[in-house]
Amino acid sequence: MKKLLLAASAATLLAGIGLAPAQAEYIKEHRGGTIRLLARSAAGTLDPHINYTDQGWQMYQPVYDGLVAFRKAEGMDGFTIVPDLAEALPEVSNDGKTFTFKLRKGIKFSNGQDLTVKDVVASFQRIFKVSGPTSGTFYAGIVGADKCLADTKSCTLEGGVVVDEAASTVTLNIAKPDAEFLYKLALPHAVTLPADTPAEDMGSKPIPSTGAYMISAFDPNKGMTVSRNPHFKQWSEEAQPDGYPDVVQYDYGLSEEAGVTAIQNGEADWMFDALPSDRLVELGTKFKDQLHISPLSAWWYAPLNTRLAPFDNEKARQAVAFAVDRSTLVKLFGGKVLASPVCQVLPPDFPGHEDYCPFTKNPGAKWSAPDLDKAKQLVEESGTKGQKVTIIVEDTAVSRSIGVYLQSVLTSIGYVADVKPISTNIQFTYIQNTNNKVQMSVSQWYKDYPAASDFLNILFGCASFREGSDASINISGFCDKDIDAKMQKALDLGVTDQVAADKMWAEIDKQITDKAPAVGLFTPKRLDFVSKRVGNFKFNRQFNWMITQSWVQ
Amino acid sequence: MTISRGAAVSNEAVAMPRKSRGPWALAFAKLKRNRAAMASLAIFLLILIACLSAPLYARWAGVDPFSSTLDAVIQIDGAEVPVMEQSTEGLGLGYTPLGPTWRLGNYFLGADSQGRDVMARLLYGGLNSLFIAGAATIFTLIFGTSAGLVAGYFGGVTDTILSRFLDVLWAFPIYLLAISLSIVMIAQGITIGPITIESGSLWLPVIIIGIVYVPYVARPIRGQVLSLRNSEFVLAAINLGVPGSRILWRDILPNITTTLIVFVPLMMALNMLTESALSFLSIGVQPPDASWGTIIQDGQALLYTRPIVALAPGIAIAISVMALNVFGDGLRDALDPRSKVQLGRD
Repeated sequence: MKKLLLAASAATLLAGIGLAPAQAEYIKEHRGGTIRLLARSAAGTLDPHINYTDQGWQMYQPVYDGLVAFRKAEGMDGFTIVPDLAEALPEVSNDGKTFTFKLRKGIKFSNGQDLTVKDVVASFQRIFKVSGPTSGTFYAGIVGADKCLADTKSCTLEGGVVVDEAASTVTLNIAKPDAEFLYKLALPHAVTLPADTPAEDMGSKPIPSTGAYMISAFDPNKGMTVSRNPHFKQWSEEAQPDGYPDVVQYDYGLSEEAGVTAIQNGEADWMFDALPSDRLVELGTKFKDQLHISPLSAWWYAPLNTRLAPFDNEKARQAVAFAVDRSTLVKLFGGKVLASPVCQVLPPDFPGHEDYCPFTKNPGAKWSAPDLDKAKQLVEESGTKGQKVTIIVEDTAVSRSIGVYLQSVLTSIGYVADVKPISTNIQFTYIQNTNNKVQMSVSQWYKDYPAASDFLNILFGCASFREGSDASINISGFCDKDIDAKMQKALDLGVTDQVAADKMWAEIDKQITDKAPAVGLFTPKRLDFVSKRVGNFKFNRQFNWMITQSWVQ
Repeated sequence: MTISRGAAVSNEAVAMPRKSRGPWALAFAKLKRNRAAMASLAIFLLILIACLSAPLYARWAGVDPFSSTLDAVIQIDGAEVPVMEQSTEGLGLGYTPLGPTWRLGNYFLGADSQGRDVMARLLYGGLNSLFIAGAATIFTLIFGTSAGLVAGYFGGVTDTILSRFLDVLWAFPIYLLAISLSIVMIAQGITIGPITIESGSLWLPVIIIGIVYVPYVARPIRGQVLSLRNSEFVLAAINLGVPGSRILWRDILPNITTTLIVFVPLMMALNMLTESALSFLSIGVQPPDASWGTIIQDGQALLYTRPIVALAPGIAIAISVMALNVFGDGLRDALDPRSKVQLGRD
């Protein structure tokens, strides 16, 4: 056993030693060129304090930096927090309520300006001044945030962000300990921008950046050009590594079909949008070497409104959970290579996840088959048979087909169901607003950061439910005081003992799953199709493919 | 030549008084002689009959065109064939629906991405498309004619108010207006007094399409009524103290009937196209119900592997619309007063 350990350690050491020169060689050999990306449309505003999309967040990785960052590494390593603009991870004091960072020296923005602590404090204020989408949630715990939320324009975060210019330190004070605070600081919403950046949504105007690249041109209808930041000198390979291509050219407007053809022909290197389902067979056979399948921390689910009939009845909800054939849904998504059936909330490999499936033919750890008899029996017992149910889905091929399938399932267990696809642009807010009286819908949740609370507390916490609001992410309207209290306990426990907290989250996951406020459908996987010339494809679990860590020459 | 022939006819008339043919009989005779119009009518009727037989076809084929049947397996030449075939080569990605078997009653046009029989859905879809187009045409004609009659006959403030309202409706791009109405109505349904129309009802697209085309009918009708309003027989009726409603019903309406008849096939063709476009945009017929527009939308995701799913309803729409337009043209020619003069000379 000892020998084995020694051998393993030696191998790791050798691999570590061997990696550095090899990478240096790679950089020399492969550095340069233009990598060409495609997307059907732009990801919205360029402003990193406002943009809340996967597409935007992925592209910000080689461009912007915060005090800390998620490690730019492959797989689960990408969930690790590393110091970025800060020299080291913060000193935590005051019972976990004070975080002190020392800023690195010599970092410049792409406009040549030096990075100072003033930029850091101004950036934190700006999160509130521009009414960032997570200012009221992720950053509401910073001391002074309440005043900033009440009066955004005069936000100072007094007492919350304290700087010492001489010592180059930034001290963040939060009202109560938060085990996930560093994750929140590593998100693009907390990146550091020049202090003189206007406190308004910058829309299509690029903001100077500290990363290896900068956004040099942007037209929301045509595309974005990202080029090397002339003032960048690599300070941490794991936080902000230098990249291979000289330019990233992101073009918008091409359909998914045309995008696939362009990549096949070598006219483009990658596309953001999901690959069209009728090209999967062809790509999986003729272009399999250019495909990369990567696991995602995501959840496709069908929220059931626990405040409206028939799903205000727990048995009615459980009946749907028993009746849904997850293998059919997996087929509709492209097959088992691209998705796995699930019953519970937390995705596999996620903190707090323990396999659990009570809604299957043989209840246990994994889903095996639907149990229609049980489902019909539960519908009878609930006294909801014959009631009308409308399912609201997005107007996309996959979502629509899932809606049609669920409609036939509901009909088969005794409901009068119909399905309504509505524009993707409004479906997500529509299903959140209680005024629309949505009984059932199909939605997806992709993690913001790797913590169980990002699924359980956000999607099923009482505080996430807001009557009559478009931003009521607890779509089911589920609120169980006991479970809510337990989630609070787990959050508090995470500050001192994350392992114990994750155990607690696993129990909460099971409790919520049992009450079936939503039907877990499947966990999707990401399918990336790249051109032949793309090398060194690396997929980061936090922000997906690390674009500039691949080469094209 | 013409004179002598005319003289011959005249002599014959004197010798044996002939029962004169009415304007409708003349129009019908003219229509019957228009081979293109009659062929178009026949084609349209064939399509209509085929669509009406949709429930029979589905029962005969033993398929449910509204339910997902991804695991279904069918028999072809004694061999079992899955409706959705999983790729087994390479990475094993994706499923391909069954292609056309060209065997009636057995996935003749293949399956769609939900494993449903495309032929059965095409027939059901046609039924819905034709119903919506027909009902919307009736809706448009009733409201358009009423608005045109009232505005043209009463004139003054009534005409101004109605005409400006129609102008506003006319000023909106048709599809933009239809999409706006659809988004409001399709999500929630509508309630007008005691009548409630559920959000998934086929009557919603009927009303939406009916509303947007009201100005198309009302404006030409108003123009005709304006001209008839000043004709001698109408003025005489007015001077005799005949009530306006009676004049409209008994004197003016019969004089615009031919125009209305010509409108029917032409509006139906237009409404079919609009319905397909709205359903294609998911704001017409709602799934799992089918219309030719929704089937095209379903087929859009299969254009590369199973183009027939989108092509079949596309062809059906093209043929139906062309048939209705050619028949409408023939009808117009037949009912045109100038044509009648020519018909009389023959």
